Amino acid sequence: MTALGPDAPAPGSPLLKNLLGERPLTQILLFVGVLAAFGFLGQTMATNMGRVGITPGFAFLARPTNFEIGETLIAYSSQSSFARAILVGLLNTLLVSAVGCILATVLGVALGLARLSDNPLLSGSVRAYVELIRNTPLLLQLFFWSATFHALPAARKAFEPVAGVYLSNRGIYIPALRFESGLAATVALASLAIALLLLWRRKRIGLSAPTASAVSVIGLVVVISALAATGGMRAEIPSLKGFNITGGLSLTPEFAALLVGLVVNAAALIAEIVRSGIQSVPRGQWEAARALGLPRGLIFAKIVLPQALRVITPLMTSTYLSLTKNSSLAVAIGYPDLVSILNTAANQTGQALETILIMASVYLTISFAVSFAINRYNKRYALKGLGR
Amino acid sequence: MTMALSELIGRAAGRKPLTWAERWSLWRRGLFGSPVNLAITVAFLVFVWFVVAPFLRWALVDATWFGTAKDCAERSGACWAFITEKGRFILFGLYPNDRDWQAALSVALVGTLVVVTGMPRFWNRRLVLVWLAALGAALAVMSGALTGQLVPTDKWGGFPLTVLLSVIGFAGAFPLGIGLALARRSEMRLLRWMAIAFIEVMRGVPLIAVLYVSTLIFPLMLPAGAAIDKLARAQIAIILFVAAYMAEIVRAGLQSLPAGQYEAARSLGLSWGAMMRLVVLPQALRAVIPAFVNLGIGLFLDTTLVIVIGLFDFLNTARVAATDVNWNGSYNEAYTVAALVYFSLSYAASRYSLWLEKRLRVGGPLDR
Repeated sequence: MTALGPDAPAPGSPLLKNLLGERPLTQILLFVGVLAAFGFLGQTMATNMGRVGITPGFAFLARPTNFEIGETLIAYSSQSSFARAILVGLLNTLLVSAVGCILATVLGVALGLARLSDNPLLSGSVRAYVELIRNTPLLLQLFFWSATFHALPAARKAFEPVAGVYLSNRGIYIPALRFESGLAATVALASLAIALLLLWRRKRIGLSAPTASAVSVIGLVVVISALAATGGMRAEIPSLKGFNITGGLSLTPEFAALLVGLVVNAAALIAEIVRSGIQSVPRGQWEAARALGLPRGLIFAKIVLPQALRVITPLMTSTYLSLTKNSSLAVAIGYPDLVSILNTAANQTGQALETILIMASVYLTISFAVSFAINRYNKRYALKGLGR
Repeated sequence: MTMALSELIGRAAGRKPLTWAERWSLWRRGLFGSPVNLAITVAFLVFVWFVVAPFLRWALVDATWFGTAKDCAERSGACWAFITEKGRFILFGLYPNDRDWQAALSVALVGTLVVVTGMPRFWNRRLVLVWLAALGAALAVMSGALTGQLVPTDKWGGFPLTVLLSVIGFAGAFPLGIGLALARRSEMRLLRWMAIAFIEVMRGVPLIAVLYVSTLIFPLMLPAGAAIDKLARAQIAIILFVAAYMAEIVRAGLQSLPAGQYEAARSLGLSWGAMMRLVVLPQALRAVIPAFVNLGIGLFLDTTLVIVIGLFDFLNTARVAATDVNWNGSYNEAYTVAALVYFSLSYAASRYSLWLEKRLRVGGPLDR
């Protein structure tokens, strides 16, 4: 906006004006003022920390923590360093956010389509769900899920809604794949990657969609049955042994509550995004496609969806980011995420500034990385020539 | 599914009122028209039977409305007697019992202020003064400064705390957000970078992190002897956080204004300040009022996060009340009531936002 700024030519050299724009001197004074304020606060802080006997700096990261963490993805004990504890928290945050984003997308898209159903009971109940979620605090929802998962019966009387899935107050148990050796795991992962790559890049290689999917699926089936036959991989189904449930993958009640809470919450937002995206496609597009004689499924997949995605993707970015930021509410329901561990570390060591700096830089990195990735995707699929 | 989609979109585009017969035929077709719809209808009935009906049974039929914990234990339903018993604590927290009326009056003041602000006919410059006066009065009543018996802020809690934190948070963020938005669009580059840095950092971190800064770091930054109340620090944190989001909304409003408005104002010889005050901001802010309402709803719901720094807002008093072992941990009842309160207020506000959007679009100066 060129119209902003004062009429009178600002004092100062043209060089500064070229560098800083209007009123360079005022700006520099303001900037120096802000710096001085920060300097003063930092100075006071250093003095205060010295008074209570805390040395500023990141040396504390190497010291042992002396606290336990309930849930860890990597080896950890109370003798581990603060750096390792923070890594544990970071991995927990990333795990719950990544799984949460995927599940919320699946559920949200399904709900968004359901919202457009012409069955008034279905669209009405989705609407009620969306309103209920959007108009109550997320923390209340998390408290609710936390109370629910902790109120499940003891392991011996666990619910078994589907064979092999147990719900108990110790956690949720689901069947899991177990690999006997690192080699088997590598083979399985590699073949999965190749199959996905084949599907993604099929046009480069010149395969049609049915051929590519057939090749991928058959290849995967062959690899998996070979692994299963040699005993390299087996499905582990949890079972009740005595007073406890063994085997399978177990999710603690805290993780389950946080994950379900975040997914249920974000899915409501995604449902609205999907609905508004689809409704943003002009009706004429449907009619034109129908006049061409295209079947309905194809109209949706090839004409409506690609256009709707242009509205949907940027909005999805902010939903993913807010889900990631919202995972910090874990601290209120006892899941050891990054914020919760950093908070414990700050209380134990008194290194409040350092821990907050770590917290802020991690979240800023995550949000810039996600924005960057989605913006790149968005640029590829946005309307060429019309966008800004 | 796809047929439904296309038809619904068609219907949404048409927007003419339906007759009862048409409406009934749409319902009939929607409910039983195709095998898929029939299956959905049946599934819905099963859902009602297995989920909604047991809930209603718990909440209404088997519930205990009055009495003691013993009466509740004898029945299987909800224990609303617990809410009657703990209602005062859930509403007011640790606020001194004999002075509940102060907290209630303060909420009433703020509530009236918000409702009055919601009416477009009161939108003028005097409203700013009214806000200052009303918030000042509410704080004076709440803190007991009027009656001379001070209530320390660590005794503030429950619903009044939630209302004050969100309304003052919003009011404080308003001027700051406008300032940040103007700075972000300013020709002064250094100023613009500082505004961008502030906005992006605030929007990039969770509110909890900002609240931690206010409790853990800020006290360390003050010279020995100086101290700022914990509640005030949380309030400042909320204001700064919301201001970043508000700035982005205001920026959208500023961008929505045609360049001709700026040029016309310049050609009249208005100074930058006069142009902003008289021409640009009134139009830009008007364009984003519905977004403001939505931000306000979000803030009202997000004030619950002050729980993590140990403040007793409405959700926290409900939760703490539920931990009473004498009442056998009535979490369900406490959370249901809290959800009901948050839902009804937020839902009303979101309906208001929709109404406002329609009203501002029809016949307003923004009619395009």
